[in-house]
Amino acid sequence: MREKILSIIERNSRIDLKELAVILGVEEADVVSEMEAMEREGVICGYHTMIDWEKTSIEKVTALIEVRVTPQRGQGFDNIAERIYKYPEVNSVYLISGGYDLLVTLEGKSLKEVSSFVSDKLSTLDTVLSTATHFILKKYKDHGTILAKKYEDEREKITP
Amino acid sequence: MRNPLADKVVDIKPSGIRKFFDIVSEMEDAISLGVGEPDFDTPWHIRDEGIYSLEKGRTFYTSNAGLKELKVEICNYLKRRQGIEYNYNNEVIVTVGGSEAIDIALRAMINDGEEVLIPQPSYVSYEPCAILANAVPVIIELKAENEFRLTAQELRDAITDKTKVLILPFPNNPTGAIMERKDLEEIAEVLIEKDIFVISDEIYAELTYKEEHVSIASLPGMRERTILINGFSKAYAMTGWRLGYACGPKEILEQMIKIHQFAIMCAPTTSQYAAVEALKNGDDDVKEMREAYNQRRRYLMYAFKEMGLECFEPFGAFYVFPCIKEFGMTSEEFADRFLREEKVAVVPGTAFGDCGEGFLRISYAYSLENLKVAIGKLRVFVERLRAEKA
Repeated sequence: MREKILSIIERNSRIDLKELAVILGVEEADVVSEMEAMEREGVICGYHTMIDWEKTSIEKVTALIEVRVTPQRGQGFDNIAERIYKYPEVNSVYLISGGYDLLVTLEGKSLKEVSSFVSDKLSTLDTVLSTATHFILKKYKDHGTILAKKYEDEREKITP
Repeated sequence: MRNPLADKVVDIKPSGIRKFFDIVSEMEDAISLGVGEPDFDTPWHIRDEGIYSLEKGRTFYTSNAGLKELKVEICNYLKRRQGIEYNYNNEVIVTVGGSEAIDIALRAMINDGEEVLIPQPSYVSYEPCAILANAVPVIIELKAENEFRLTAQELRDAITDKTKVLILPFPNNPTGAIMERKDLEEIAEVLIEKDIFVISDEIYAELTYKEEHVSIASLPGMRERTILINGFSKAYAMTGWRLGYACGPKEILEQMIKIHQFAIMCAPTTSQYAAVEALKNGDDDVKEMREAYNQRRRYLMYAFKEMGLECFEPFGAFYVFPCIKEFGMTSEEFADRFLREEKVAVVPGTAFGDCGEGFLRISYAYSLENLKVAIGKLRVFVERLRAEKA
């Protein structure tokens, strides 16, 4: 049941719990207790809203920053990752295999704000060797949802 | 000038769906629950394979019966899913949709005046195809109290000396009914005893929500008297690719291929390449779509129960078939008023045979969000009708 609940609420966290129970063919009470258990265990970490900021009047830029760092003895990457993710403007921090170590995503009001974060705060951290900043120009698809095009039902209205 | 037309064709009634189609097409903001095809796009990896085949310039005819690679995959699939073995070389034909397979199977098997048993409510093409094949269609009216399954007794009662073929349309469009193993075993016994052949239209085989679909061809003694028809439209959301297939004993297939060869030549090549990919790597897509349909099905059953609308629980295809007899109007009157007053289109049960009277076909090949809006309107409409009656 967990997997099915998760696959549904991953796409629609606002779904009514009664409705969730109906479409899964289970009791509402079971859905409620399963959800609570998953929240407790940290399987469910939050319920967020996906926003296409492009369509608002609010200015926002998103950047992906590749960060190469020197891992520290006994700490690996955890220490430096923590120092980075504690900045509220940082959206996500991933440890990455391959050409660099940490992938940081960041939201700011302007290019200037993002670049000053990178040059003043991120690059100056002791263990950071280098950074490469990529600005996102357009989001076509995010979290499995296509933003670039609206779905239209092109089928004939009635068919046998 | 002489009458240029064939009486046989002129006498065929136009589809009962046409009228609603015309009204809906003119209504700009109408919501439809009348569609008989998946709402999903064909999975991208399948489309991509079709595109790739075009890029490679694979734009020629295939052999009449279809690409060898596809026929092999069809046989693998039927063995894997249904446990039936066919020889790809002479027991499979790739057709232009399941519809063509129905047509050529009937034409290959029927002599003038022989009877074809057609359980109804069912898909709209069986009766006209039988007539065009010079068969005499004999309708078996399925009943709501049997959950629209075909019973051995109903079958027995319909058989005469002239009966040659039974069309077995399960999982069923429009009722959503399925035939489980025990139901099929009872039918098979009668068919073997009376020496009758079966055209088994299993186009919705992948869309069942109870036990896995059982093909009548997999039962002892039935393979040699069954033409199994399936296709890619419903399982892989590939309706527009027009691709289906028929499998059966080579003596019948040989003759079907003859008709296909002269009337069609071969099924679309691009579609055949895409279909190879569907059968090889499409199982997970089917599973995902089946789960989505099942969720919607459960939602509809719940919603009908809440509004007190009688409906047996269907376990196949993507249709529900609620009963509207309580309102004292015909299916067509109900569908007509519902469309005009609430701007929601459903298909009257009578479009699928006279015994569909008193029922509606509601398709759940729509997103839950769309279904919720439409069902909300149905609730309002049903309450208004009840208030009028009171």
